[in-house]
Order: sequence, then structure tokens, then C-alpha cells
Amino acid sequence: MKILVPVKRVVDYNVKVRVKADGTGVETAGVKMSMNPFDEIAVEEAVRLKEKGIATEIVAVSMGLAACQETIRTALAMGADRGVLVETDVELQPLAVAKLLQALVAKEAPGLVIMGKQAIDDDMSATGQMLAALLGWPQGTFASKVAIENGTATVTREVDGGLETVALALPAVVTTDLRLNEPRYASLPNIMKARKKPIETLKPADLGVDPAPRLAVVSVAEPPKRKAGVKVASVAELVAKLRTEAKVI
Amino acid sequence: MTSLVLLEFDASGIKQPSRSAVAAAAKLGEVHALVTGENVASAAAAAARLPGVAKVLAADAPSLAHALAEPLAALLVSLAPAYSHLLAAATAVGKNVMPRVAALLDVQPISDIAGVVDANQFVRPIYAGNALATVRSADARKVITVRAASFDPVAAEGGSASVESVAAPDAGSGSRFVGAELSRSERPELTAARVVISGGRGMQAGENFKLLEPIADRLGAAVGASRAAVDAGFVPNDYQVGQTGKIVAPELYVAVGISGAIQHLAGMKDSKVIVAINKDEEAPIFQVADYGLVADLFTALPELAAELEKG
Ligand SMILES: Cc1cc2nc3c(=O)[nH]c(=O)nc-3n(C[C@H](O)[C@H](O)[C@H](O)COP(=O)(O)OP(=O)(O)OC[C@H]3O[C@@H](n4cnc5c(N)ncnc54)[C@H](O)[C@@H]3O)c2cc1C
Repeated sequence: MKILVPVKRVVDYNVKVRVKADGTGVETAGVKMSMNPFDEIAVEEAVRLKEKGIATEIVAVSMGLAACQETIRTALAMGADRGVLVETDVELQPLAVAKLLQALVAKEAPGLVIMGKQAIDDDMSATGQMLAALLGWPQGTFASKVAIENGTATVTREVDGGLETVALALPAVVTTDLRLNEPRYASLPNIMKARKKPIETLKPADLGVDPAPRLAVVSVAEPPKRKAGVKVASVAELVAKLRTEAKVI
Repeated sequence: MTSLVLLEFDASGIKQPSRSAVAAAAKLGEVHALVTGENVASAAAAAARLPGVAKVLAADAPSLAHALAEPLAALLVSLAPAYSHLLAAATAVGKNVMPRVAALLDVQPISDIAGVVDANQFVRPIYAGNALATVRSADARKVITVRAASFDPVAAEGGSASVESVAAPDAGSGSRFVGAELSRSERPELTAARVVISGGRGMQAGENFKLLEPIADRLGAAVGASRAAVDAGFVPNDYQVGQTGKIVAPELYVAVGISGAIQHLAGMKDSKVIVAINKDEEAPIFQVADYGLVADLFTALPELAAELEKG
């Protein structure tokens, strides 16, 4: 079975983002970029399925600027076999990404797509569900455990009340939650090997997709800042303040 | 212009995040509500009592019993032509189903809105809430999930809407519900509680979460946790507060042994009053705390329990 793993290049999770002075977005120039943490988990899961002999090939896909090559290289160094870059400088929103992935799925015919449950930049948490919808495939979102057997993916999902398990007839889309696995670091030899793995480059037009965004960003603003309050010297003082000053207990 | 809001409910009625979604929809015009599941008559009656709801649609079918995304999306798509906006709370159910609905309608969903500007423009947090984007949708129909903590919920009682049955489309889906392992607790739900007390890695063990209990009992609080505490297995996943966990905005949030990473702050920084208890006076949590106590939690928590008893 072939597995397709989409990976997104995002501002690194350790960076404290700053809103641009002109209110058009956040500052990305000179900022450290990395693979979306949930996508690392997706790559790891695919690599483990290959190590177990369940997957035969892993194709890592990224979309956006040419620099997304780096993100694909990271996936290749973790164990993906080859990459596909859909190159465009159009701002890609989840609907466009889902349509591009749909076209790639038609081309590659994977048995499973594993992807992050959300990207930590736009926090949309939508692309996996949208891809599943366009393909007419079942979806297993927010997965903390995945087992593949006899053409079925059994997915344990993190839901509001705890955990829920669903059985999906393959092919299917699975989106990863934080506790699915702990992604490996690529070893130096694997980073070297990854340089030789092939990356195919396509344009949205090659896939017959119009990637134009549907949501226009009107403005981006800083959220209201909280002021640091006071330090209290004792538990007694804390309780007194909560009772008489904040009046919340 | 009429909106349809997908509601979630339990034995005690319509859940608070869904009532917040109704409040958001009410800013857009007339509101209809949808309840789905098996034997939904009492939930439909509860929905009909929500102030501001003009009509309730009830879809009663075994295929809808577990809110699986595939049949639920098919139902919403079948109802969509009559509505300008389709909304749900940004809960596990809402986040699972609404993007699926949007794709089937060829619409870009608008996730986790924290504000309604007008029928086409919405405010939503991005980058773990470190920026607020105002976006304008070019789609004819909007598909939206609502950040419950940003909208005061409508009351549970006061309305009297009509209830109409709707049929669930017969969508064969490759998805089957196997089972659920839900946490049981007598405490209020995290997203609905007036007070939340959360423990982090500093708690050191699941056992030590017992130290929070007398305090939570006394304050009627829900108990939450940081990702580190969940990953370490101290408490179940549904306790997690943060960018990728639950978003809460209680009157009082008490963070115990939590450093204050941006991903945690993303889930609680809109709380009215924040208290931090941490032994490291440099911990970033103190930068957002109204009241900070630099102390070892293993002495501070029993003292806090005792002090509250005195009240
Ligand atoms: C993609 C992504 C998503 C994430 N999503 C979330 C999320 O939703 N929610 C979330 O919480 N995190 C999330 N994180 C993780 C986040 O970055 C932090 O790692 C996490 O919040 C740290 O948890 P903590 O504060 O409990 O642990 P630590 O950072 O280890 O802090 C422990 C604190 O306890 C204090 N302490 C220790 N012992 C004591 C004592 N005896 N008495 C008093 N204080 C003590 C220490 O001084 C320290 O400040 C996410 C990370 C990533 C990459």
C-alpha cells in the first residue's frame, strides 16, 4: 500500500510571531521555518507502517513556494521515499490544498493519506476532512492510535469527552493528534541519503486546479495584551485578594 | 438570511458550546437549529426552548447515533440550500464535520471564529491566538465553526420554537463506530466551568492531581491540564487546555506547575482572572497572571485547600 503524506512549511512553533506594522499579516521574513509539528507526526506514522511491512511506499507532498522543497527533504530524511512539490506563490487555503491533493490522489492512487490535524499557522484544522469529502473517503481525525488490518484502519480519536474508536474501510484519510507517536530525528546518513531521493515539481495548472483563495484577509491585529499582575506573598494573601479584590470566589 | 446551527446535547440538555454557537448565529439574522442522533425528541424539545431559535430541525436515525462525520455531513449538505450560514461550535464534533460539509459545498470553511463583523466578515485567531485575522468570505454560503469561549451562550430556557422532522439521507459510508472510552466526572465540563484549575508537569504524577480535588470541590471548578501533564499520562487527553486542546475563558483560571508556553496560553489567556502557582519566579505564566504565587505547589495546594475551608 502506498501512503501519501502532505507536509506544510510553517513558522517554527518556538517562534513568537509578530504582527506586521501595516496589519497585513505576521512577520515571516527572516523567521525560522519548520515542518508543521502535526505533519512530522504524520510522516513518523507512515514510516512506522512501512517498517511494519504494511506500507510499501511513502510519498511526501508539499505545496507553496519553492522553499517547501526543504520541508519535503525533511520528510525524505525521516524515511519518505519520494517527494512531490506543487509550486505556486498563490496563498493556498485549505479548500485549494484539498483540491490539489484530490488530483494527486487520482494520479498516485494511495491506499491511505495521513496528515496533520491542523497547521499551527492558520489553525484551520480543515484540510484532511475536506480531502476526505472530495474523495468520498471515510475520515479518522485527531488520531492517537492507528491500526491497519485487512483493508480496515481502526483509528482511536481524541474527542472532547475522551477517546472514540472508528473503523474505516480503506482508502481513507487519517489526521494526526499529538499523542499518536513521537517523531524521530533524522540521522546524518539519512539526511545525506534524502538528498538523492527524487522530488517531482508540478504547478496547480498541471493538476487542473484553480488555487485562488476564497477568504480575503481584511486585516491582522495583535490580540489585546494582558498585563502582568501582582505577586502575592502567601496563600492567605492570594485567597484574600480573590475574595475581596477580584471577587471571583 | 437564515442560519442553521448544528447542536450537541447530552442528558441534561443542549451543551454550552452549542448555545454559544447559537449566540454567534443570532448576530447574523434568523436562527434555525439542528439536532441529530437516535431518539432525539427530548433534545429537540430542549433546542426549541433556546431563546432566539425560530425553528428546530430534528433528524432521528440510527446512522446519526454517533455523530460520525460522513452521514452527518451528508445531512447538512442536504439541508444547506435553505441557509446562508451553517454553523457549529468548534468542538471535536464541529471540527470533524463542518470542513467536510464545506468541501462538499465547494466552500472554504471559516474555522473557530471569535467575532462576527457582518454576514461576510469574521474575526478568527491565528498562530495560537497571537494574532487576530479579520477575513472576508467570497463564498455564497458560509460554513463556520465558533469559538465558544468568545460568545456568551444563550440561556437554556425562554424560547418556544416549532420542531420539524427531517430525513437523514441514505449515505453509505465507509466509517463505523467501534466504541468510546469517555472520562466520567462529577465536575463541570472544562469549556463550561466558571472556575478551572489546571495542573502541569510540575505535578510530577497523576496521583498528585488529588491535591487539586478539594480545591476544585470547594470552588465548583473543572480540572484541566497542560499538554506535558497529559503526555506524561497524569490525566486523560480531554483535560488538555491549549492551542490543540480545549479553549477556556472562565471567571477564574488557576495554573499550577505550568510554565506558560504559548500553546498553553492560547487556551486560557482570555480568562477573566488568572492565578499562577509556580516555584520558578521567572516562569512565563507570571507574565499573564493577575495573581502570582512563587511557591512549591506541594505546600501551597494543601494550604490553599485549608484556607478556602475557612471561608
Ligand atoms: C504543536 C504543538 C501543540 C501544543 N499544544 C499544546 C496545548 O494545547 N496545550 C499545552 O498545554 N501545551 C501544548 N504544547 C506544549 C507546550 O509547548 C509546552 O511544552 C507545555 O505546555 C508545557 O507544559 P507544562 O507547563 O506543564 O510543563 P513545563 O514547561 O515543563 O513546566 C513545568 C512547570 O512546573 C513548575 N514546577 C515544577 N515543579 C514545581 C513545584 N514543585 N511547585 C511549583 N511549580 C513547579 C516549573 O517551574 C515549570 O514552570 C504544544 C506543543 C506543540 C509543539
